[in-house]
Amino acid sequence: MCLAVPAKIIDRVDMLATVDISGVTRKISLMLLPEAQVGDFVLVHAGFAIQTIDEEEAAKTLELLKELAGYGE
Amino acid sequence: MVSNLTDDTRRAADFFASEIDRLISRPVRLMEVCGTHTVAIFKAGIRQLLPLHVDLVSGPGCPVCVTANDYLDTAIAYCRQDDVIIATFGDMLRVPGSSSSLQAEKATGADIRIVYSPLDSLDIAAANPNKKIIFLGIGFETTAPTAAAAVLAAEQAGLANFYILSAHKLVPPALRALLTAAEVQVDGLLLPGHVSAIIGEAPYSFLVDEFGVPAVIAGFTPLDILQAVYMLAQQIGAGAASLQNQYSRVVRPAGNPAARQVLDRVYGGADAAWRGIGVIPGSGLGMRPEYRRFDALAALPVNVEETREAVGCRCGEVLRGVVRPTDCALFGAACVPEAPVGSCMVSVEGTCAAWYKYGGGRWQYEG
Repeated sequence: MCLAVPAKIIDRVDMLATVDISGVTRKISLMLLPEAQVGDFVLVHAGFAIQTIDEEEAAKTLELLKELAGYGE
Repeated sequence: MVSNLTDDTRRAADFFASEIDRLISRPVRLMEVCGTHTVAIFKAGIRQLLPLHVDLVSGPGCPVCVTANDYLDTAIAYCRQDDVIIATFGDMLRVPGSSSSLQAEKATGADIRIVYSPLDSLDIAAANPNKKIIFLGIGFETTAPTAAAAVLAAEQAGLANFYILSAHKLVPPALRALLTAAEVQVDGLLLPGHVSAIIGEAPYSFLVDEFGVPAVIAGFTPLDILQAVYMLAQQIGAGAASLQNQYSRVVRPAGNPAARQVLDRVYGGADAAWRGIGVIPGSGLGMRPEYRRFDALAALPVNVEETREAVGCRCGEVLRGVVRPTDCALFGAACVPEAPVGSCMVSVEGTCAAWYKYGGGRWQYEG
């Protein structure tokens, strides 16, 4: 029920955004995330962007995985 | 590169699993309270990956599962009216009420439409001005703002034939009720990532301050969940309890204030009935007086049959983490995904459905 999918905003007109979800284009509402901008990666739930994905934090997670990959070697 | 990433993932998983084993030396029970976590955990086989003394159990995290029978009965009563169109997320369709289900009603001619977004129901309302469109508003804090936004959009569009039958629920009051009842020992909580994306961290502070339970907000990939369990293990190993956020790429400490503003404009706090738990004070949402004309129950009186529960179904105890699905005599026999008796077998996010589909593996309740 609380599933949300990542999408990239490729266009915005008022509170309606066009997003790319893994190559598929969809219209979503920005009523719950009015500050979102074209180029942002957002999480989409039930037709609404609910949060932006923080690229720095995502990069940190990947870094951590790389560090852990060195574990036991 | 892909194979490297796979290797990295495997090594990271090995690291988390062995560290969890090292850090936790006593039997512990960790609870997740999110249906999306339930499915991810079963699908990835995370239970089987963890040491024998670390149990993962599911709490009341599946919105379809915790929806009380009388809600379904009310929706069914509405759908039998000729001038009503029900708009709903697909997973509500097969949930049995006292004597029918929306799917059975649809088969006999009721106009029930599956929507992806509450906003889709506004399109249906605009295209059917002589019908009353009732959107079935279920879901936690992640979903409730989308229903509130639909109300505001309906108001702006001047739609007079759009209503919500609202049974939205809030996660923190349910956690409080579970911990207060103390039916099962909970040594750590995996908190729902997308609920938290809306509400942020503050509403969970009582878990640590009042109950001393370690809690980690978790993402949804297998490694997110393993890392979150590892973070719980670090706390348990150190004899500490704090609130941590593993899913920081999505969950900000303050959540999503804009979404909460939309929610607060339309809804205020209310008591709510949870299947298997009963009424939990302040765990629901009620429409504010200025928006009550969108509230199906207030605007469209309806006669509902007397609600009764399925005999022998132990969904309520499963939802509280008190019994495992296989403790229910109906599980896998009279109750299977194709012909579910209880809501936990209906929803793909239900514990019984996930157990049936992916296999439960071991799941002890001792200790």
